[in-house]
Amino acid sequence: MVRANVTEARWARWLLTGLALAFLTLFLAMPLLAVLTQALTKGFDRYFAALSEPLTISAIQLTLLVAAIAVPLNVVFGLCASWAITKFDFPGKSLLITLIDIPFSVSPVISGLVYVLLFGLQGLLGEWMTEQGFRIIFAVPGIVLATMFVTFPFVARELIPLMEEQGRDEEEAALTLGAGGFRTFLLVTLPNVRWGLLYGVLLCNARAMGEFGAVSVVSGHIRGLTNTMPLHVEILYNEYDIVGAFAVASLLALLALVTLGAKSLLEWRYRDEIAANHRV
Amino acid sequence: MIGARSIPNRVIPGFGLTLGITLVYLSVVVLIPLAALFLKAAGMTWAQWVATFTDWRVIASLKLSFGGSAIAAALNAVFGLLVAWVLVRYDFPGRKLVDAMVDLPFALPTAVAGIALTALYAPNGWIGELLEPLGIKVAFTPVGVVVAMVFIGLPFVVRTVEPVLADLDSEVEEAAASLGAGRLQTFRRVILPALGPALLTGFALAFARAVGEYGSIIFIAGNMPGVSEIAPLMIITKLEQYDYLGATAIAVVMLVASFALLLLINALQKWRHARLRGAS
Repeated sequence: MVRANVTEARWARWLLTGLALAFLTLFLAMPLLAVLTQALTKGFDRYFAALSEPLTISAIQLTLLVAAIAVPLNVVFGLCASWAITKFDFPGKSLLITLIDIPFSVSPVISGLVYVLLFGLQGLLGEWMTEQGFRIIFAVPGIVLATMFVTFPFVARELIPLMEEQGRDEEEAALTLGAGGFRTFLLVTLPNVRWGLLYGVLLCNARAMGEFGAVSVVSGHIRGLTNTMPLHVEILYNEYDIVGAFAVASLLALLALVTLGAKSLLEWRYRDEIAANHRV
Repeated sequence: MIGARSIPNRVIPGFGLTLGITLVYLSVVVLIPLAALFLKAAGMTWAQWVATFTDWRVIASLKLSFGGSAIAAALNAVFGLLVAWVLVRYDFPGRKLVDAMVDLPFALPTAVAGIALTALYAPNGWIGELLEPLGIKVAFTPVGVVVAMVFIGLPFVVRTVEPVLADLDSEVEEAAASLGAGRLQTFRRVILPALGPALLTGFALAFARAVGEYGSIIFIAGNMPGVSEIAPLMIITKLEQYDYLGATAIAVVMLVASFALLLLINALQKWRHARLRGAS
């Protein structure tokens, strides 16, 4: 009798579930569906033609290049940071963790702006850079830097809680048994954190390929040269090339869906082997 | 923990190397560029600050960014709680899929979300078409800005509330029920207070994200000066007019606001964990 009262009446359950699903359909399913239908309004031929435009292909190549530089660098950084933070005690540790998280609370536009102020023509190092013949702003290095900034915390914040939880005992055992430091890392630590690392890499990569605001500020939008996929979407859209814009967008949406699928799979299968406090 | 701490740090190697790499990378990618922003701001005269923040367009854009974010985060608090509730408490076919889809706004590139939402809410879009006869305009108005902000902030509330809701002790609810409380009363007086800190954290996270958001908003906003122009877009507009000081001033104000929010969120989380520990 009492138990019956810790859940809602059947009609209330239906009503709440219906409302929640209606809300999610409106805000999640419909935008996704809109991308697909808009991309295919003129049929598959136009869709594939739009994707094989030379400028689209160069945008895809640039996006892949930027991710191929930014993601591995952030992986190396994430591994170093989590090793230093979780295997040692030192003053200022919690400050360091807070600093690593900073890029997540900075607006993407500001993430791009800081590099313009540093390396742009009127920037602090701008004149010196020009003399040296370096170009960072309105060039690929700027895009890579801005991408590194916005994706900076992803790997580290996955690994830190995970390695903190796993402690230092296994590494210490391996070391006392005579294994070298790097060997210990490779054979003990890395296998222990592999799913957490993969999880961080997935999220980092999705953001790196999809970043818009920060990259938009430093790119200069030079077609065929400094145009990434998200920036190309904007250009095509503003030129009323709706099929083209949504065709490129559909590739990015596919990337998002694959990321979500892989992420969910990791969460279901390796729940205990990836960090517990996600995202929050 | 105590055992691990009593072992000298020396057993595990690589402290200097990993901390060194961490600090160098953190400085080059994040800290020095951010310092450049504050350095630029420090060089501004009082008159330049006043000139920027008495500009009606700047004032309107800040009002829209902060006001719109507050409305969106409040909507997210309500609907996010509803979604979390349904996902944790009820079982229905496809629940796991729906749960995975909640993270879509994290994974979908913002430019894609932006053009998809615009396609839906434009006067000839699936939803815009239905609203037009009712005289409701969403796309290219401040309402559209809020719609995009709701989209981008949704996962924050769901993901902060979900684990707390799942861990909620059912005995307390049973006790309330056996003492004669109705379901709604139990929710209001027992469940909601327990969810309070998580809900507030989710609200703050969604708010912070919406304030800085750019890509998903600018397409649906229409960007009419003084009406539907958000603060991050104002920064870009100033940059395009070579008004670097104006851009810097707006960025500094937004950055200080988001750091204040970050501190608030950290404090909220500490409070939550303290409460959790106190309860168990």
